[in-house]
Amino acid sequence: MDFSFYFNFPLWVRLPLQGLAVILVLFPLAAACSMAERKISAWMQNRPGPNRTIAPIIAWIPGMGILQRLGIFQLAADGGKFTFKEDPVPGHVNKFYFILAPIIAMIPALTTVAVVPFGAYISSAGQLTPVILADVDVGLLAVFAVSSLGVYSVILAGWASNSKYPFLGSVRASAQLISYELSMTLSVLPVFLWINTPGSHGTLNLFDVVAMQSGVGLRWDSVWFGFTMPVSAFIFLVALFAETNRQPFDMPESEADLVGGFHTEYGAFKWSLFFVAEYCHMIVGSGVFVLLFLGGWNPLPGLPLHLLAGWLHLAGTPLLMGALGIAIFLGKVAAFIFFFMWVRWTLPRFRYDQVMNIGWKKLLPLAIANLIFYALAIALIQK
Amino acid sequence: MIAPTKPDLVTVNIDGKEIAVPKGTNVIEAARLVGVDVPHYCYHPKLTVVGNCRMCLVEMGMPAVDPATKAPVMDPATGKQKINWIPRPQIGCGTTASPGLHIRTQTPQIKDCREGVMEFLLINHPLDCPICDQAGECKLQEQATGYGRGYSRFIEQKNVKPKRTQLGPRVTLDDERCILCSRCIRFSKEVAKDDVLGFIDRGSHSTLTCYPGKQLANNYSLNTVDICPVGALTSTDFRFKMRVWFLKQTNSIDTESSVGANTVVWSREGQIYRITPRQNDEVNDTWMADSGRELYKQVRAADRLTVIKVGNLDSTLDMAVKAAGEIFKASAGAIAVVGSGRNSVEEQFLTKKLAEALKASTQLVSRAGTGDKILVSADRNPNTRGALVTGLISALPTQQLTGLAAAIDAGQIKTVVSIGEDLTAAGLTAAQLAKISIVYLGTHVNATSTAAKVVLPTYTVFEKSGTFVNQQFRIQKFAKAVPAPAGATDDLVILAKLATATGATVPTADLAAVWKTIAAEIPALGTISFNNLPDTGLLLDQTPWATLPFVEGETLHFKPAASAETRS
Amino acid sequence: MAVIPVSRQPLTLLERTYLPQIAGGLKTTLKHFFSPKDTMEYPEERPAIPAGYRGVPTLVFDPHGREKCVSCQLCEFVCPPKAIRITPGAITPDDPAAHVEKRPQEFEIDMLRCIYCGLCQEVCPEEAIFLQTQYSTTGHTRADFVNNKQKLYELGGTLPDAHFKWDKKKAAEEGGNAH
Repeated sequence: MDFSFYFNFPLWVRLPLQGLAVILVLFPLAAACSMAERKISAWMQNRPGPNRTIAPIIAWIPGMGILQRLGIFQLAADGGKFTFKEDPVPGHVNKFYFILAPIIAMIPALTTVAVVPFGAYISSAGQLTPVILADVDVGLLAVFAVSSLGVYSVILAGWASNSKYPFLGSVRASAQLISYELSMTLSVLPVFLWINTPGSHGTLNLFDVVAMQSGVGLRWDSVWFGFTMPVSAFIFLVALFAETNRQPFDMPESEADLVGGFHTEYGAFKWSLFFVAEYCHMIVGSGVFVLLFLGGWNPLPGLPLHLLAGWLHLAGTPLLMGALGIAIFLGKVAAFIFFFMWVRWTLPRFRYDQVMNIGWKKLLPLAIANLIFYALAIALIQK
Repeated sequence: MIAPTKPDLVTVNIDGKEIAVPKGTNVIEAARLVGVDVPHYCYHPKLTVVGNCRMCLVEMGMPAVDPATKAPVMDPATGKQKINWIPRPQIGCGTTASPGLHIRTQTPQIKDCREGVMEFLLINHPLDCPICDQAGECKLQEQATGYGRGYSRFIEQKNVKPKRTQLGPRVTLDDERCILCSRCIRFSKEVAKDDVLGFIDRGSHSTLTCYPGKQLANNYSLNTVDICPVGALTSTDFRFKMRVWFLKQTNSIDTESSVGANTVVWSREGQIYRITPRQNDEVNDTWMADSGRELYKQVRAADRLTVIKVGNLDSTLDMAVKAAGEIFKASAGAIAVVGSGRNSVEEQFLTKKLAEALKASTQLVSRAGTGDKILVSADRNPNTRGALVTGLISALPTQQLTGLAAAIDAGQIKTVVSIGEDLTAAGLTAAQLAKISIVYLGTHVNATSTAAKVVLPTYTVFEKSGTFVNQQFRIQKFAKAVPAPAGATDDLVILAKLATATGATVPTADLAAVWKTIAAEIPALGTISFNNLPDTGLLLDQTPWATLPFVEGETLHFKPAASAETRS
Repeated sequence: MAVIPVSRQPLTLLERTYLPQIAGGLKTTLKHFFSPKDTMEYPEERPAIPAGYRGVPTLVFDPHGREKCVSCQLCEFVCPPKAIRITPGAITPDDPAAHVEKRPQEFEIDMLRCIYCGLCQEVCPEEAIFLQTQYSTTGHTRADFVNNKQKLYELGGTLPDAHFKWDKKKAAEEGGNAH
C-alpha cells in the first residue's frame, strides 16, 4: 500500500488532519493514563479502584462486566463530568490569562508529539522510514524547545489566579522546570555526540538515534544507549520526573502545603486541560526516553524491528510493519508510564529546598561530569 | 358577713418540732405545716374524713400526768415531761390536734405500717402504668416509690374486675385500679350534691358503682377524676390522649361565668389537652365545672376566624386598620362601640380609649343563665365587673341592644365596632346590620362577622394574657397557654392600632405598658400591675357599684351583696 | 524534662543516594499491587453485624402477632434528641387485643434526629422497641427519614416474648379469677 497520495494533498488539508490525528491519539491516551493512574494507585493500596461505572444501554453485552470491573467506562464518566460540569471563573482573576493558561498548557503538550517517531516501516523505495508527523532534523531540540514552553502555562495560571497558593505554586514550578532542564539537556548530549560520528552530517533527529540502536546481532550499534550510558539515562529519568511535575517532584501542585498549587482556582474543563497536558507530557517524555535509551521500536537489543518484520513476512506491507513498530513502541511507553505511576504511589514528595538541592548541587554536576567523561570516551573511541 | 375571729391555737409536736396550729386541724395538715409529709389516699382537705385507706398511720402520744394528782410526770433521763405513746398507730387524718399532742411519723413501726398498707393496695392493683392515664400524677405510684417495700410477695392471681365502665358521659371507671378510697363518693355527695356513687359487695369484691338507673352525669363529675388518687376514674375526653408529663401547665381562668374559677391549662406544643381546676380557697376551692373544661375546644374549632378581611377580600392588618379608619372618618359622630364582657380588663380599657377617640357610645351585651349555686353563676360573662371598673360602662348591660337598634333605625348610628359580640344574638335584625358598617373583632364566625365590612381575627383566652374581675370584684389574671393560629392578632394590638388610626394616643399594646396607663387613670386599680398581681387574685373595693342589681345568686364562697337581696 | 541525646548513625553513601530506599519502596508497592484487596464491595458484600449492635430503632410484634407497644410514651420522654413522636390511641373493644386498651395510633421516629443511643429500648416497659441490625437509612427528602408506625413494624418484625403478660391477663379475665 502506498500512502504517497496523502503527501500529494495540499498543505491546508494535511495540517488539520494531522492536528486532528494528534488530538485523537493523545487525548484518549491521556485519558487512559488517568484511568490507569486510578487503578494502579488503588491496587497498590489494596483497593479495587473504580469498578462500578457502566452505561446501562451497553451493560447487557457479554464481557462488559470485565471492562466495568477494570473501570474502563469511568473514562467516559470522567470526561463527561469535566465537559458538562459548571465551570466557574472566580471574580478576582485576570480573566484573559486565566482562560489562556490551560490553552497554553495544551499547545506544547500536543505539539511535541509531532516530532516524535512512533515506529518505522520500509517504504516502497526500500528505505526504512519513520512513522512521524514532522520528520525534522532538529528533532530532540524541537521537543525540548517546545515542551519547555509549558512552564508559561503554569506561570500564567498562577499569576492570573490572583491568589497566593496558585502564585506560590507557579513560582516553584518555574524554578523547578528551569533547574532540571539544564541537567536534562546535558544528559542527552553524549547520545548525540555518539551518533554524530565524525564525517557524518550533524543531526538531532530522533529517528537517527533509534537507527543507531538497530544493529543486528552482537554488534556495537545493537546495544541500546540505556546500557552504554546508564548515568545519562538516570539523569534524564530524574529530570523527566521533574519536568513532568510528577511525584516526587510535583512542587507546583503540592496539595499538602499549597492546596492545589497553580490550578487551585481552576475547575471543570479548564482544569481537565491541565490534567491532560500533564499526561501528554508524560507520554511524550516517556516516548523520548524510550527512543533515546531503550531502542525505540526495536523489540530487543540486537533484534531490530526490520529483522522481526522480515521473520514475520511483514516487511513488504508498510501498514502492518508500521503498526508492529507502533505497538512495540507504545508497549515500551506504557511500561514506562506504569513506572511513572509506580514511583508516584511509592515515594513521598520532596521538600522544595530538597528539589533545588538535588537539581543544582547533585544532578547538574553529575550531568557535567557525565558529559565530560563521555566526550573524552567518545573522542577516544571514534578517533 | 362576720369577720373570722382569731382561731384558737394549740401547740403540737410533730417529729420533734413544735408548732402552733388552729384548733381542729388534723395531724396531716399540721404535719404539712412543719414540712412533714404524711402519705394518704382517702383524705382530701376539702372533703369529710373517713379514714379508710389507713395510709396516714402515725404514732401518737400525750404528755404523761399522774392519774391521781394530775401533776406532770417528768422523765429523769431528759428532764422533760414524759410522753405516753399509744402502742398502736393511729390515723393522721382522723386525729385532730390537741394541746401537747406528740406525733412520730418516722419510726420503724410506721415504716412497717406503710409498707404493709402499700402491699395490700398493690396486691390487686393491675400495675398497668404504661397504659394508665394517671401515670405521672398517681399517688399510688408516688407512694409506692416513697413508702413501699419495692418488691412483691404476691404470687397468686390478681383480681379481675371491669376495666371500662362508663360511670357517666364524661367519666370512665377502671375498677381494677380502684383502691376504694371513696373520695369520689364523698365529693358527689358533699360538693356536687348529686349522691349517685357508692360501693357494693364486700372484701376484694368491693366495686365502685352508680346507683342503679343513674349516671354520674352532673356538671361536676370530672372533679372525681381529679381527686381520684389512682387511675380508676379517668376522663373520657382525655383518656389515652397524652401522658401528663409532657403537658405544660399554664394558670388560667374559667371564662364560662362570672365565678372566675381558677384553672390550669395543660398543653403540649401549642395544643391544649385538658383543663383542670387550680386551688383557690377564696373562689373555687379545688373544683370546677365540667362545662368549663371543654372550652379549650374553641381554640381549634372549625369556625375559627383566621383571615383578616376587608369587604370580602383577604387583607393585611395594616390595610384593614386603614380601611376601618376610613369607615370611622366617613361616619364620624355616628359610631357605636359594642364591647364585651368576655374581654379582659386591659382590652376593655383600650376599648374605652377607642370609644373616646371615636366619640362613640359604648354598650355591653349581658348573657344571663341560671346559676347552679356551686361554681357556675347566672352572669355568663366572666368580666362584666371589669367593664364597670375600667369605666367602659356605668350601668349593667342588657341582653338586647334595643337602644342601639332604635338609633340605627333612626339613622343616628352608621358604624358599629363589635368586639366579639354577635349583634344578631343581641337583638339586631339582618336588615339593621345591612344598614350599618360593621368593624368586627372576634375569634369565631357568626352572623355579625359575616356581615362585617372589616373582620379582624383575635385571640381566645388561651392565647393571650390578661385579667378578669369576677363576681366578688376579685381581679384575677390568666396567662397565655398556647400560641394563636396564624392570621389572628392580639386584641390589644388591634384596639391600639384602631385607636391610633383615629388619632388618639394610647399606650403600646403590651400588658406592662397598658397597666401603667390603667394604674395612672383608674384609681381603683392604682396599685396594681400585671406582674405583682397574686395568683389567687386581689379583691377590689366594690362600694362604688354596691347598688347595682347584679344578677348573680349565691355560689361557693360568694353571697350576693345586700343590695341584691333587698332587691328581691 | 530531661533531654536525651540520640545519636544518629551517619548515612552511608549508598543511603545518601536514596536509591536503595526507592527500590525498597517500589518493591513494597509492587507487592501490594498483586496482593488481595481489602475493600468490602458494600452493596453486594455486607459486614457481619455484631451482637448488641445498635441500629435503627424498630417496633416489634410478639409471637402471636400483637403489637407490643402500648404507647406509654416513655421512649418519647427519654429520647435525648426528641426524635420520637407518638400519637396514642385506644384499642376498640372488638379488637383481639382489646384487653390491652391502648396502642399507638401513629408512631414516628425521625432518623435525622435519632442518635442511636438505645435509651428507648432500655426504658421500654413492654419490650416493644428494639435497636436492631438495620444500619443504613436512605431517602430523598426529609420526610423519607421519618419512619412511621408501618415502617417501624416492617423493620422490626417479630421478636420472642418471655413473659406474655397481656396474654396472661386476658386468660385471667376470661377464665380465672373473675369476681
